[in-house]
Amino acid sequence: METHQLEDVIARDPFFHGLPKTFCRTIAGCGQHARFEKDEVLYRQGDPADVFHVIRHGHVALELLAAGKPHIYQTLHDGDILNAAWVVPPYRCHSNARAVETTVTIAFDAACLREKCDADHDLGYDLMKRFVPVVVGRLNSARLQATDVYGAGSAG
Amino acid sequence: MPTLEPPGGAMVPRRFRITQKRRETPDTYTFAMAPVDHPGSGTATTGFQPGQFSMLYLFGYGEVPISISGDPANTAALVYTVRAVGSVTHAFAALEPGDMVGVRGPFGSAWPLAQAEGKDVLLVAGGLGLAPLRSVIHSVLANRDRYRRLFILYGSRNPEAFLFADQLSQWHARADITCEATVDYAGTGWTGRVGVITELVRRADFTPDQAIAFVCGPEMMMRVTVEELKKRGVADRNIHLSLERSMKCAIGHCGHCQFGPVFVCKDGPILRYDRMQTHFGVTGL
Repeated sequence: METHQLEDVIARDPFFHGLPKTFCRTIAGCGQHARFEKDEVLYRQGDPADVFHVIRHGHVALELLAAGKPHIYQTLHDGDILNAAWVVPPYRCHSNARAVETTVTIAFDAACLREKCDADHDLGYDLMKRFVPVVVGRLNSARLQATDVYGAGSAG
Repeated sequence: MPTLEPPGGAMVPRRFRITQKRRETPDTYTFAMAPVDHPGSGTATTGFQPGQFSMLYLFGYGEVPISISGDPANTAALVYTVRAVGSVTHAFAALEPGDMVGVRGPFGSAWPLAQAEGKDVLLVAGGLGLAPLRSVIHSVLANRDRYRRLFILYGSRNPEAFLFADQLSQWHARADITCEATVDYAGTGWTGRVGVITELVRRADFTPDQAIAFVCGPEMMMRVTVEELKKRGVADRNIHLSLERSMKCAIGHCGHCQFGPVFVCKDGPILRYDRMQTHFGVTGL
């Protein structure tokens, strides 16, 4: 897909809602459409976080090894951000990501985007304002899941 | 629907015999019970409104408050879903068809179904909280044209802990219901959602200013659900919660279940959020 078409897709995506057109054009230069088939692994824990995705359509499971067995601790769906680790040193993936069904994303070259954010702090600040709520939201969700509210002792 | 006043008053249990037992999860069972003393007397002995609870007396062990989880249209039996978490409920889990139980009630307030007519109805349940909402689902489906869209949003610990798994599948398959479930964690064979219940609320395609929400589950789950509903624009007055406290007498006399200005057994368990929000989530209450 041509960059100017991707720019339009980015501009219409809810995650980038309100992002100035010039920024849409800038980040489109680091993006491309990607497609993953059922059970295809997008990345593994410990891999360099050199790509992040905006899921256009699909279902991705984030998995961690627990007691030697992989467990799904979160699933991501249409409109979600996949691999927020791209903004935090040492830029390593924190889990395995596997497509549960055919999944279509906009895949961004994270190194390319980090360079552009370093070169243009206005762009960097705008993007950070979008990514920090994602990270905080996932932290809060993880806390809730860790409290095991539906656990064996719960009558609720 | 009449609220029952059993012979001998609200403090005297009536005898019911267990007619069916169904294992929901390894520690949770659903029991159907038919009245022994006045069999076949219909709503006079088995009538209730969705959201109400009974005091179930397991002879020799004690009494516990349990919400009614059956179909209000079923006048042959009362249905309860019991999780084994304490001494009485552990003994309850060992009961079998033919065993006898004492029943007081039903007691308490009901989900405001009349107020839900003409609205999008959001039923948000966590864990065993689906049980008191199942009666609502039966009622709404029996009068489907009175309501706009129906959302059943369910959170569970894991897929193995799902209550009413067969019915969830049936509701999910219906075109006139949006039924979504999420779990806190799952094995890699699971193809459903994993994450907190608020994600389902965030994504649900309802009209906030024409929606009413009934929420039931662990208190922390209800707190975060209320926050998400408010964020979506649902008015406080259209959010209803089912509270659980230590109900003992069930008629507002003993004070065990006092929660701020209300007795949960008598004024609740179903309470409108804006009437108790200042006390909701207060440590120690």
